[in-house]
Amino acid sequence: MTSTETTGTFVGTSVKRKEDASLLRGRGTYVENLNLPGTVFMAIVRSPYPAARITSVNLDAARVAKGVVAAFSGADLAEDWKGSLPCAWAVTEDIKMPPHYPLAVDEARYQGDGVAVVIADSRVLAKDAAELVEVEYVQLASIAGVEEALEEGAPLVHADLGTNECYVWKLDSGDVQAAIDAADVVVTRRYVQPRLIPNAIEPRGVLAQAGPTDELTLWSATQIPHVLRFALQLVLGIPESKIRVIAPDVGGGFGSKLDVYAEEALAAALAKRLGVPVKWTEERTENYQATTHGRDVVHEFTFAATRDGTITAVKSEAKCAMGAYLQLVTPGVPLLGAWIYSGPYEIPNYSVTFTGVFTHTTPTDAYRGAGRPEATYVIERAMDALARELDMDPLELRHKNFIKEFPHTMASGLTIDSGDYKASLDRLLEILELDGIRADQADRRSRGDAKQIGVGFSTYNEMCGLAPSRILGAIRYAAGGWDSATIRFQPLGSVQVVTGTSPHGQSHETTFAQVVADQLGVDVDEVEVLHGDTAVSQLGMDTYGSRSLAVGGIALYHASQKVISKARRIVAHQLEVSEDDLEFADGSFSVKGSPDRSMTIKESAFAAFSAHNLPDGMEPGLEETATYDPANFSWPGGAHAAVVEVDTETGDTRLIRYVAVDDVGNPVNPQIIDGQVHGGVTQGIAAALYEEGAYDEEGNLLTTTMTTYLVPSAAELPSYETDRTETAADNPLGVKGVGETGTIAAAPAVINAVVDALSHLGVTDIQMPATPERVWRAIEEVRS
Amino acid sequence: MRRVTLKANGVRHELELEPRELLVYVLRERLGLTGTNVGCDTSSCGACTVLVNDEAVKSCTMLGVQADGMEITTIEGLATNGQLHPVQQAFHDHHALQCGYCTPGMVLAAVSLISSGEATDEAAIREGLEGNLCRCTGYHNIVKAVAAAAGVS
Amino acid sequence: MIPAAFAYEVAESVDHAIGLLGERDEAKLLAGGHSLLPAMKLRLARPACLIDVGRLAGLSYVQEEGNSIAIGAMTRHKDVADSSALQEHCPIVPYTAGQVGDPQVRHRGTIGGSLAHGDPASDLPAVILALGGELVARGPAGDRAIPARDFFTGVFQTALAQDEMLVEIRVPKLGPERGWSYKKMSRRAQDWATVAVAAVVERTNGSIDRASIVLANMGGTPLHAAASQKAIADGASIADAAAVASEGTDPPSDHAASADFRLHLARVLTRRALEEAAART
Repeated sequence: MTSTETTGTFVGTSVKRKEDASLLRGRGTYVENLNLPGTVFMAIVRSPYPAARITSVNLDAARVAKGVVAAFSGADLAEDWKGSLPCAWAVTEDIKMPPHYPLAVDEARYQGDGVAVVIADSRVLAKDAAELVEVEYVQLASIAGVEEALEEGAPLVHADLGTNECYVWKLDSGDVQAAIDAADVVVTRRYVQPRLIPNAIEPRGVLAQAGPTDELTLWSATQIPHVLRFALQLVLGIPESKIRVIAPDVGGGFGSKLDVYAEEALAAALAKRLGVPVKWTEERTENYQATTHGRDVVHEFTFAATRDGTITAVKSEAKCAMGAYLQLVTPGVPLLGAWIYSGPYEIPNYSVTFTGVFTHTTPTDAYRGAGRPEATYVIERAMDALARELDMDPLELRHKNFIKEFPHTMASGLTIDSGDYKASLDRLLEILELDGIRADQADRRSRGDAKQIGVGFSTYNEMCGLAPSRILGAIRYAAGGWDSATIRFQPLGSVQVVTGTSPHGQSHETTFAQVVADQLGVDVDEVEVLHGDTAVSQLGMDTYGSRSLAVGGIALYHASQKVISKARRIVAHQLEVSEDDLEFADGSFSVKGSPDRSMTIKESAFAAFSAHNLPDGMEPGLEETATYDPANFSWPGGAHAAVVEVDTETGDTRLIRYVAVDDVGNPVNPQIIDGQVHGGVTQGIAAALYEEGAYDEEGNLLTTTMTTYLVPSAAELPSYETDRTETAADNPLGVKGVGETGTIAAAPAVINAVVDALSHLGVTDIQMPATPERVWRAIEEVRS
Repeated sequence: MRRVTLKANGVRHELELEPRELLVYVLRERLGLTGTNVGCDTSSCGACTVLVNDEAVKSCTMLGVQADGMEITTIEGLATNGQLHPVQQAFHDHHALQCGYCTPGMVLAAVSLISSGEATDEAAIREGLEGNLCRCTGYHNIVKAVAAAAGVS
Repeated sequence: MIPAAFAYEVAESVDHAIGLLGERDEAKLLAGGHSLLPAMKLRLARPACLIDVGRLAGLSYVQEEGNSIAIGAMTRHKDVADSSALQEHCPIVPYTAGQVGDPQVRHRGTIGGSLAHGDPASDLPAVILALGGELVARGPAGDRAIPARDFFTGVFQTALAQDEMLVEIRVPKLGPERGWSYKKMSRRAQDWATVAVAAVVERTNGSIDRASIVLANMGGTPLHAAASQKAIADGASIADAAAVASEGTDPPSDHAASADFRLHLARVLTRRALEEAAART
């Protein structure tokens, strides 16, 4: 555990954001704001049926409609594709990976599957003309439920596969069955986590411009410009060196823009065909069909324990909906949590199984937390269930089983570098003042008030950062987990940083500047962070999975050390001392014992530029690149509590307090960390109380707009109470990820609170989201 | 087509509009004021909020032709002489934006809420922002920013 | 997001609007647009012609007229909510206008537009029906006052003829012996009511013996909770009266609630509305 040798002027302080200057003035460069002369607009014709054979696509009327430049069916464009839209994670050797092209040709497999494209002079005319495309469908039987899709006789999403089972993946350690057999108490529960729609407020969009000899520039509302560039060469057959992908300002992603989408490939191919720039933006109702969804898993989860509350085994079997096709990370999302099904607890026997299942629905993929909220939900719900079985206080049960010493190697095989789960929970309880809540609860119960309150807990850890490339390789993920930073000291002392991460709200321009400014001893305002353009940032693995600071930030550290090291050699040479005789502090090298003999790092940058007096053999310039491949995942953790008020007559449930205590390592910018926690927690609360991406049994989406898919507003939520405990991560900055912790922790805290509010009535479980009707039915059920 | 005269950020414009052009697209595409964003298609998210005659309105739920004779303020029109409006400044000070996409609408809704005298306490601010959805911030800092700008705690 | 194309006329007077309604095929009036435009943007509604009445002066007012208050049909929800005359004499109306949608909707949406839209889940139709208000329609043959009980005829259907325009809404002054309540349960603050109850009660000789109770989103139109009203008139307690609130209703099942749950909510919210209204007498 090392800490930085810096003055820490900026790291640890809430520097105000550099990003705000343009965003607050309405000068964001979101894709929809970008225009090139001669641009034409794409509209996609989509299958209204969850499953259908496409017998004909008639484009005649569309082609002659006002303003239309061209129209194509899936068959018309079939030759444009050199490869399928990629899935980067063949999780098992025998995984079924059906091809997935940008437009369906013979069969539509989900409601929203694109079947034709119309291009016109304006978005409006493209939309009008798209209505004139006549597609003849023969509707086929279809299935949306993840369990139903595995039943005998269920309609097949990919008939040639003979099954809807995509893969089965297992991780076993110890002897779970023996532990279960020997246990005093075994708690097995079934938990359903509904499909969620990420719903970033910016819909997806893309603008593609092709040159005469295969050059391609693509602006996309994407989280992954580097990965997208790599993938487009596979899909289009254009060498990567001719492709430039730019992520301009992006209005949120949460995983839904971590993908290689049909529309990106289509815009590129059509720009090439038509010789003019091609633009597309989705409408919100289209986003609900055409952009990846999250979750949709059913777990059967078991804890085995001794009578005194020691958990001896954990067993999890989950059926995970893939949707109709495998997008970039689809089959791997459950695996991203596969090693933490023991949570922050020490559990020696471990068994996790995932079954990936095709259904006639929009493909699922990463959504904030990606695999870890799913794990934490079942663990923290089951902890409360186990506590009930043992007649034990749920907090005492958690305390008893916490991992106490670090580093700790879990039964699953990975090692947590640092943590202190007890400290987070203790701090949480200090803030929460549980006694007062319990007293209020007791009063209301004795009076038989219509409005009851409950408190629920969630103590969690998470594995993020996506991390060591060799581990990713071992689990068959196609890409690596490294990232890069280039630090370029300009001759007159300002600093340009090029990062391989791709922020879309995470404030890297500010926080990365803080890190570099402290390392180099310059002012944070003198550091400019560039990102998101593959012509500028050559090496990078982009932003998702809470990796940017934990990986990209350490790359910054190492690049800084290289810069300082070269600067030290220049200064030593110019001051005619040995490098060991120099001390570096506050941006200046001074001779030990003769502090008046000094040279600033900025002066060394000019010296490197003028090259008048450099050591023999040294190249001019002060610019260094470091690519960092982490040795381990990043291991944040913490303790959250939710207090809810339930109207037992109407079922209406309000969140009245939410307290989050998180260990995210050394804090770079406390205000920004809090912001990430607020946002993350809100998405977990929303999953617990409001959101459900509902399909009917056949795969018709029922929640089709933002009036029926309920993203909560400020009016539905309280202000939050946040605090931090800190254990340093095993990296030079001591930092851990934070982007997803809130979402990982929150949903079970809220549901546990709802159950607690109704526990005196005999309620022990409620399905998420805990809508008023579900709450009412849970109460009615125990009454009868 | 219909001839329409309106003022946007104090500048008078004469436009020939197709009746079905939504005000948000008139602002973005005819006037190049791309600060106002489109986030949904059911008047739910409020990202398109502008001020029409000083009142917050969802510009996606208004036809450009309905704005004939009206004065519109978009996010681009809030700062004066390079100086941020107090609400913009408060958003900056309180870290009330992350990706920034909902921000123009949120800021203008807040401006309208404050000027109407309704931003009296946290609960009233939260109710007053019921028509503006954000996915990044969880609203905590937005509410703090609006409270600070309104001079309430 | 983009409506289908349509013809557009600006009405220069009410008579002009009525004339255009009569002569144009598939013409609809455009007031605030906050009921009509969302449907058009999803291309669920495709009127061939929109007649913009948003500029008509003289249709936005709140006036005391003896024992009633007259509200111009083009009065925006915000102005209805802020009206001191209504707050003093018929507070259920401004209170409910303040519940419609969100602030942006309330700055543009009008009371006339909301009532003429005929959405059984909307707030104001239930309240106007509970008050026994009158809706004044103007057509080529002149004005007629339609009692609220005759106005709402079906889902998105009203008694307005194709060539009639709603010009005024009249509500009674409540007086001290009458209490009111509007109880709206919705998933989020900006959402339509899952179920809502508008109640106006009258207390004579110490007890509540008359109640007008109307349910929103319990059928194809706002509906009187007739069994509850009769129970109150027959001297039942509030609890007993509320227990029969859902009789005769036919609520929908949707993302927010099943029909069964709505039946339950109607009973609970009716009890709460009656209790609150009684406390206000």
